[in-house]
Amino acid sequence: MNKPTGPRDTTAREPVTAATPAVHATGLTVVRGPHTVLRGIDFTVPRGRITGLLGPSGCGKSTLMRALVGTQAKVTGTLTVLGRPAGHPTLRSRVGYVTQAPSVYLDLTIRQNLDYFAAILLPGRAHADRRRADVTRVLTDVDLTTHENALAGNLSGGQLSRVSLAVALLGTPELLVLDEPTVGLDPVLRRDLWTLFHHLAATNGTTLLISSHVMDEAERCDRLLLMRDGEILAEDTPDALRTRTRTDTVEQAFLHLVDEANAAHPTRSPS
Amino acid sequence: MNVHRTTATASRVLRQLRHDPRSIALMLLVPCVMLFLLRYVFDGSPGTFNSIGASLLGIFPLITMFLVTSIATLRERTTGTLERLLAMPMAKADLIGGYALAFGALAIIQSALATGLALWALDLNVTGSAWLLLLVALLDALLGTALGLFVSAFAASEFQAVQFMPAVIFPQLLLCGLFTPRDRMQPVLEAISNVLPMSYAVDGMNEVLHHTDLTATYIRDALIVAGCAALVLALGAATLRRRTP
Repeated sequence: MNKPTGPRDTTAREPVTAATPAVHATGLTVVRGPHTVLRGIDFTVPRGRITGLLGPSGCGKSTLMRALVGTQAKVTGTLTVLGRPAGHPTLRSRVGYVTQAPSVYLDLTIRQNLDYFAAILLPGRAHADRRRADVTRVLTDVDLTTHENALAGNLSGGQLSRVSLAVALLGTPELLVLDEPTVGLDPVLRRDLWTLFHHLAATNGTTLLISSHVMDEAERCDRLLLMRDGEILAEDTPDALRTRTRTDTVEQAFLHLVDEANAAHPTRSPS
Repeated sequence: MNVHRTTATASRVLRQLRHDPRSIALMLLVPCVMLFLLRYVFDGSPGTFNSIGASLLGIFPLITMFLVTSIATLRERTTGTLERLLAMPMAKADLIGGYALAFGALAIIQSALATGLALWALDLNVTGSAWLLLLVALLDALLGTALGLFVSAFAASEFQAVQFMPAVIFPQLLLCGLFTPRDRMQPVLEAISNVLPMSYAVDGMNEVLHHTDLTATYIRDALIVAGCAALVLALGAATLRRRTP
């Protein structure tokens, strides 16, 4: 198994305070087959904030997220998550992760799915009441209480991705890594979910890293990581990005930065 | 390893099956129908039914559990639920133990039905105890679960997973002594059959068929099948990776 190398013993012992970022990466490189998907990138994700990870499809957003939660092989560089090296066993109950494709059991009902994952996070009969309360809470959070006994296989795409999100909300993780959680949802649901994300950050101090290729969602984030072709183009607040590039929207700012990068590396195609 | 996570996984697998009554019916009824068919195919020679019928009681659970487990774990791998579980505080042993427990329970029901039918309705003549037949059947089911889990790592689709059935099971079926005694095969084939677990499953069934009490050979056969199941389960666990490319 490949784990991030580097001075991880010193970072593991570092006291976890609000000042230390939730995620800190230096020289993060990921190789998948013949391709280098992430090219030695550096970035931080501040605690208790919503950080948006934006960039075109195939730029390495999902790979970056998989490296964070410890499911990606061939990761090199330093990657510290909540004071521990990424993928550390103690992080498995502190980090919630939602993949792009909903990963739930289609032949179980919504509640049966949540009951099972809750039992994995907090096993034992002694915690049955806490688990039940937790499942009810996340069902309310994603607005699926009325469908709790519906078979997951019979749900619409948007409902299914909300079940997947609900699983990640179980156990109130400190860091939520969400890979395109709002894709395919209608505008009302998207707004409700963003309200939920802001609520989680404000009341629980949850750190959220949310990827998207829809630039208008960027405006809702506290901070942005703009990615392109395995590299970080910019890391700043939406306001600062717009001011720096003298543009009106994050989308224009992104395009401006892409053109700038292309001018600097004319050999690399912007695919 | 955590007992509660293992039992939660087992009950989850059984719950999934409960939403699929047709699969349950097929799993439980097909072996019975086959035995019934066999009984009347060999209507004129009850001796043949006797030897083949007992062996099949050990082979059915192996085949069924192999198919069910390989498809179930393949689904778990392809739908992302495996990645999700392994990103949670879940030990690999909990997952494998859960599957073994759930499918083991199903195998007990399947074997009990088939054995009961063979002994009481189809007049299968067994000298030894029916419980010993059941024990081998259960060990076979675990072996099937283990093999299914293992090959699911090498199948990229359900299409491929089903093709592994003839590749892994049929050679064992031909060499296990069902069609002809193993010591009368070509010596190279006999040597191969000596290292295939299904041979010992069939040997064990034959021991019960011909002996009143527990023989040393039966114990050896049962231990070999159990050992193989444990070994393949461990190999299967090695194919579950937390970090994937």
